[in-house]
Amino acid sequence: MASTDVSGPPVDRTSSLINNPRFRGLFYQVALILVVGWIGYDIYSNALDNLRRLNLVPGDGFLDRTAGFGIIQSLIDYSEASSYRRALFVGLINTLLVAVLGIVFATLLGFLIGIARLSRNWLIAKIAAAYVEIFRNTPLLLQIFFWYFAVLRSVPDMRSKWSLFGIAHLNIGGVYLPRPVFGPDAGLIGIALLGGVAVSIIVSSWAASRREELGRPPRVWPVHLALIVGLPVLVFFLVGRPISFSMPVFNETGPLLRRGFERGSGLVVIPELVGLLLALTIYTAAYIAEIVRAGIRAVSHGQTEAASSLGLRPGQTLRLVVVPQAMRVIIPPLTNQFLNLTKNSSLAVAIAYPDLVSVGGTVLNQTGRAVEIVGVWMAVYLGLSVLTSIIMNAFNRRVALVER
Amino acid sequence: MSNPSVYVRAAMAPAQPAPRSTVGVAGWLRTNLFSSLWNTVLTLLAIALIVSIVVPTVRFTLVDAVWSGEGREACLAANGACWAYVKAYLPQFIYGRYPIDERWRVDLVYAMLALGLVLLMVPRIPAKGATLAFMLLVFPVVAFVLLTGGGLELDGGLIPDDVMAPSAFRFWIEYGAVCAVLLALAAALAAWQGASVARTLRNLAAALAVLAVVLLAVSVDVGLEHVETANWGGMLVTLVVAVTGMTASMPLGVLLALGRRSNMPVVRLASVVFIEVWRGVPLITVLFMSSVMLPLFLPSGVTIDKLFRALVGVALFNSAYMAEVIRGGLQAIPRGQYEAARALGLGYWQMMRMIVLPQALRLVIPGIVGSFISLFKDTTLVLIIGLFDFLGQIQASANSATWASPVTGISGYIFAAFVYWIFCFGMSQYAGFVERRLDTGYKR
Amino acid sequence: MRINFTAVFGAAIGVALGLAGAASAATLDDVKAKGFVQCGANPSLIGFATADEKGEWSGLDIDFCRALAAAIFNDPTKVKFTPLNAKERFTALQSGEIDVLSRNTTWTMSRDTSLGLKFAGVMYYDGQGFLVRKALGVSSALELSNARVCTQTGTTTELNLADYFRSNNMPYEVVAYEKNEEVLQAYEAGRCDVYTTDASGLYAERLKLAAPDDHMILPEIISKEPLGPVVRQGDDQWFNVVKWTYYALVNAEELGITQANVEQMKTSENPEIKRFVGAEGEFGSAIGLSNDWAANIVAKVGNYGEIFDRNVGPSTPLGIARGLNNLWTKGGLQYGMPIR
Repeated sequence: MASTDVSGPPVDRTSSLINNPRFRGLFYQVALILVVGWIGYDIYSNALDNLRRLNLVPGDGFLDRTAGFGIIQSLIDYSEASSYRRALFVGLINTLLVAVLGIVFATLLGFLIGIARLSRNWLIAKIAAAYVEIFRNTPLLLQIFFWYFAVLRSVPDMRSKWSLFGIAHLNIGGVYLPRPVFGPDAGLIGIALLGGVAVSIIVSSWAASRREELGRPPRVWPVHLALIVGLPVLVFFLVGRPISFSMPVFNETGPLLRRGFERGSGLVVIPELVGLLLALTIYTAAYIAEIVRAGIRAVSHGQTEAASSLGLRPGQTLRLVVVPQAMRVIIPPLTNQFLNLTKNSSLAVAIAYPDLVSVGGTVLNQTGRAVEIVGVWMAVYLGLSVLTSIIMNAFNRRVALVER
Repeated sequence: MSNPSVYVRAAMAPAQPAPRSTVGVAGWLRTNLFSSLWNTVLTLLAIALIVSIVVPTVRFTLVDAVWSGEGREACLAANGACWAYVKAYLPQFIYGRYPIDERWRVDLVYAMLALGLVLLMVPRIPAKGATLAFMLLVFPVVAFVLLTGGGLELDGGLIPDDVMAPSAFRFWIEYGAVCAVLLALAAALAAWQGASVARTLRNLAAALAVLAVVLLAVSVDVGLEHVETANWGGMLVTLVVAVTGMTASMPLGVLLALGRRSNMPVVRLASVVFIEVWRGVPLITVLFMSSVMLPLFLPSGVTIDKLFRALVGVALFNSAYMAEVIRGGLQAIPRGQYEAARALGLGYWQMMRMIVLPQALRLVIPGIVGSFISLFKDTTLVLIIGLFDFLGQIQASANSATWASPVTGISGYIFAAFVYWIFCFGMSQYAGFVERRLDTGYKR
Repeated sequence: MRINFTAVFGAAIGVALGLAGAASAATLDDVKAKGFVQCGANPSLIGFATADEKGEWSGLDIDFCRALAAAIFNDPTKVKFTPLNAKERFTALQSGEIDVLSRNTTWTMSRDTSLGLKFAGVMYYDGQGFLVRKALGVSSALELSNARVCTQTGTTTELNLADYFRSNNMPYEVVAYEKNEEVLQAYEAGRCDVYTTDASGLYAERLKLAAPDDHMILPEIISKEPLGPVVRQGDDQWFNVVKWTYYALVNAEELGITQANVEQMKTSENPEIKRFVGAEGEFGSAIGLSNDWAANIVAKVGNYGEIFDRNVGPSTPLGIARGLNNLWTKGGLQYGMPIR
């Protein structure tokens, strides 16, 4: 229906440019850049002015000064004579430690509770539900205070202890465990362990290919056992037992301050770590349980029924049919929970666990370097977030549905 | 017509009673608790667990607890929780150090908030729009005046002091001038963009007039005593932080969610960076930033109230999470809705305002409530930067010289846990209720 | 001219919400204009700064702020308090949120020179001490080898502690908490053998323990902790007002002028007293105050000795002896520069 008498108002150039969505988009974007740039520049110049007024030269030079304060837990060498940089590094490692341990424990407990919520046993399901509702609906900080001070109040004091088989001990100073002491050749055992794992993986893939031929998987677990446990043990004895254990030494006599566990003997898990880990695990597990429950329920009932009709036992159904499918639903929100746990570990500052925020706060106090320290915090947590996301995305790709 | 050799039942045989083992209490017990050996073991373990947890808890919190008494001696005598201490400090937990004679103002704000929430949350009550408008526009101003005492001194600052002394009069002259400039700019922009000049002017003028009314309301001296935020505490601070943080983060969250789905690369990038940075860092660093770093970012001489700084931090932080919740809602709207809106000739903002957002926001109400629950729990973090929220107030009082005892602290924590739990559990139940209600709309 | 975005933004918020204030270079003029002194205080330290259930503040540091208000306005109630924790106290002063920081803050060279601050005097000569359980059987800090020590982070205490134990070759372990309440809770629970902070703080905190008498403060004082009011650098007039308020308190005690007798003293013939109460000379106007500023301080708040006795002295639960804080004439260190 081509028409020849289409005659609108005369088109003038400016109006067409304005009504051009591309131009308008460009205009908005330039405006946004200008405004953001203005704010950024302004904050920058204000901060610079203020710092100059306070005689603080911005920069990281202060990090090399002597810290002068003690830190209760450090996995690397640290003393009061170390630098601020070192102190922050100790804090970072402590953050990673509590985050990794927390993730492991919370995942285990969370899966347990999540599966328990779907249990056919009414009582177990209700206990799991009560657990989730109680711990999800109270603030984490409150739980940290509660567990920390509850733990402190209920364990024996510094001069007495509870013992488990004479190996693990507990008192208000923390949990005391034997500490492995590595000799010069201990590295060989590590190499043996890595080698064993590597060979195990090759064996596994071989077994998977054999499975098609045999119709059932070949029996390989003795091989795995030999490779992963046997080989390192063998090397351990071959190179002359390079690992020994330093047992915690408990003094029962002498002046009161000398009684209790001797400094430097055994491995001490400080109560701050115990309290924080307990709270983070219990709190995050409540969320993970809900994720697991939702994931399992997302697997359609037909799958379970089909598995039953194929003659799989309930345990097998869970392991071979339900969990692999549920994992696809579970992984993305689980990643979020891992990130949350890592970020929540910063609440350590409330109970004196020397994590990055806590140590950073002390450095901030001693030096007055607010901008630099907050910058370090932000950079580290953003980095950790990105790292966790990358790892979990890679894992997610592995379990994702392979479509043909 | 009957054939005696063939027996055909004419009527259904009466149903046999179910086997004794599957009905009644015994049957229920059998299927749910003792269906197999493994199940029986689990049940027994569960019972042992319950007994070992519930009995000491009940003993501590109820049986052995001290309910009345004065001072440290009462608590020292207790084997269980010391509720006498909670009773004595309850007003402080609710109002902080708000002057006693002025506490009716806080009560009034609480009452208004509760009433507004009930009106909004019960689906059967009509006029949601009017209530929402009241709660978003009138309530904050009234609450602000009531809580702080109002009577702000507006004295302007654009005209130099030697030209005109600082006064409310100067402020209003400046306000008028700024409004005139803004209106002119808007008119020029509208003309340039080919939009309706008259409508643009009318909308902006209305917004400016509302702002003027708000400013007038907070600057009129209504004769209330001024109460500094340093004296606020307890539940008051918790609610102020949670409610303000939530309300302020909503519009920002909507903008960020729209920005993240925008076609303009710069806008999208800015939104993504903003959202991911705030989501990537812990709230506590944000709060530290607001308490020790933000003052350095302001020009020398300009200071902002500590509580207000924390509020800004909380609102920005929460807006990133809110944006993700709302983005979920936006994604759930079928493309056809967008296309239909476009086909009707609606512009971008018209489409969003009239078609997309109303549907998307309704879809994400459970998500918003969930995010409010997290925010409510996270308000406890402000105690680390030295504000006295509900938990902070409890912690501070547990060490008072008059009540200190081994059980005081733990009693306070249990009480706090109970209160937070009531709030959060209530809200999560409400979210579940809305979710079920929304679900039915799509079920056939 | 650069248009300052945050200034516009901050002012917009400030104007809209009235939560912002602007501090100019002349703090005294600002204070007079707004009608009160904004004073940064410790949120809770018995004897030095505490607020009761009604929000009424009291304590030694608090009384100093009241004295300042009395000097400026002849009204000790014209002061508002901002509770600050250790971490934010300096930022609050630097940014102008408060006019004076009177929060048991130790005068050190780095704070005085590199944080943009100025210390105006020493309200309380303190030193770091140790609180231990009596059951521990320790009578000297030198026996504290192997001890676990609880303290608050963000203070000079943490550093002194490290210095002391290292210089005496004693191994130790430090648990540093964010807030005082947590330190106390942890010490009470038995996490540490020792609680260390300024001795005055120890006396105050001991009262909050369930059984104060089971604990003792060791005699050693391991550091010098001169605690005093702080102001911003670069405002000499305000600095002088704060400094001379302190000297007036000390001089009043030395001259025997008390809250009770200050009215009679106004007719005294002693030239020193005459100068003090403003009957002779123009000392008040030199620092921008009225001539009877010093008399007003004493009339409304009392002299240094009265403040000390009222808040921390032997008759209070704290029961701290004057010691170093006695007048120089009585063997202490408190010495008011002459008003002349």
